[in-house]
Amino acid sequence: MPDTMRDRMSDVVGELLATDQSTALVLADISTSHFRDSLRDYPERVINVGIMEQTAVSLAAGFALEGFHPIVHTIAPFVTERPFEQIKDDFCYQGLGGTFVSIGASYDYGTSGMTHHGCADVPILKTLPGMQICVPGTPDEFEMLLRQTYRNGAPTYIRTSTQRNSTSRPVDFGRLHLEREGRDGVVVTVGPMLDRTLAAVGDLDLTVLYATTVAPFDEETLRNALPRASPNVVLVEPYYEGGLVPDIARALQAVPARIAAIGVPHRVLERYGPPERHDQELGLTAEGIGTRIRGFLNSGTQ
Amino acid sequence: MNSDKEQLMTLMNLAPGDEKHEPSAYATLNVLSVLYDSILNYDAANPLSDDRDRFIMSKGHGPLVLYAILAQKGFFPPSELTKFMAWEGILGGHPDRLRVPGIEASTGSLGHGLPMAIGVALGLRAKGISRRVYVLIGDGEANEGSIWEAVLLAGDIGLASLTTILIDNRSSSRDLGNIAAKFKTFGWDAKTVDGRDEAAIAAALASPAADRPSLVVAEVLPNA
Repeated sequence: MPDTMRDRMSDVVGELLATDQSTALVLADISTSHFRDSLRDYPERVINVGIMEQTAVSLAAGFALEGFHPIVHTIAPFVTERPFEQIKDDFCYQGLGGTFVSIGASYDYGTSGMTHHGCADVPILKTLPGMQICVPGTPDEFEMLLRQTYRNGAPTYIRTSTQRNSTSRPVDFGRLHLEREGRDGVVVTVGPMLDRTLAAVGDLDLTVLYATTVAPFDEETLRNALPRASPNVVLVEPYYEGGLVPDIARALQAVPARIAAIGVPHRVLERYGPPERHDQELGLTAEGIGTRIRGFLNSGTQ
Repeated sequence: MNSDKEQLMTLMNLAPGDEKHEPSAYATLNVLSVLYDSILNYDAANPLSDDRDRFIMSKGHGPLVLYAILAQKGFFPPSELTKFMAWEGILGGHPDRLRVPGIEASTGSLGHGLPMAIGVALGLRAKGISRRVYVLIGDGEANEGSIWEAVLLAGDIGLASLTTILIDNRSSSRDLGNIAAKFKTFGWDAKTVDGRDEAAIAAALASPAADRPSLVVAEVLPNA
């Protein structure tokens, strides 16, 4: 059976529930079969509230007020957009820690239509003060980031996806991972976009930085990458394009950098199909990304 | 008016500005007095003691009476009331748990406190602490969908350690009809009392149901 981020989530969260009496889990009718044992074994700390995501998040904040570390899980738009104000007021403004784990990133549910797409999750959560946001690229990276952020006192969103990279990197929360070095520019690629970004870069002389934490953003590593590169910066994200542009602009405010943002365009996606078909349509394949990068680099020399 | 109420009014009058006259503040006067005089278990010198009942003012609006009572009970100096909603003060237009001793949860945006109170009650149960959770909502707040999510959930799981007090001062733009009857259909115990009758309020709060969450509707009718 293939190892998925969702499976890893249920394994690790199940272990946390078994080993840490202060772990609580709040479900909203999603992945209940993954947590059947936890629902049975820890009924005082594991609750499936039903289809009420606003209450799920506020209830989790109540657990946090009593010293628990709550983990809230459902599909991306329903754990970020629908209860956005509950995350903002009840967690961020109250200074409470907790973990929000989603499935259904971007168009993982690509045949279900826009209501089930999760392309806005990271951009809207990045507006919240104190919110930590992780975008792992493999199940191992998901586990590393969950364990590294668990109980660090801040609300943390971890975005799981059915799209993934072939191999894991030794990721550190809050840090960019230097994948390769080059002289003609820097590519910052996020989570499951790494494999196709490396294929797109090919033999171009570019630095590639791999981001699995997008809030807080590791400005220092990006700045340190620049002396070895000219100020062309390409951003490749799996959600709505441009999410990290403000962070990159702030990091490079002393440098006359050019920035290109590649990601899901801001428009209604009207067609139904698997994630790979949407990627193809939106130019988010290795070939499409490579074309965009080459065009950007060439435009800078004209 | 008894001496306690006169003292409360004196404390409230320390607050500058017009906000202190909000009807939503005065509507809670008798309920909050009863809660802090005879129902809640608390220690103002140790406001985060595990052995306390939790009170969440879900509706957040008009907190001046609550602030005055907390000052009266010793949670913070009365002088803070002179800085109500002021730059230098800790007492904002909606309560902030990170700044005000005795405030359990920061509220203001309506419909958050009741579901938070469910989480607090579940947390207490998981820790083996048998204190109660009280949450105050308004009838206008009961327009929010999240309130009815929480009413459904608390009733369905029989959360007997939760008491909700609904201040009905007819501020809802929608006709809520018989509020107590509505809660009963969701599995709650529900009573309706005169929100100015402190003996009736105390009697209702002192006798929660043993097997389900409890609602006390405190009617504070305009011009009554």
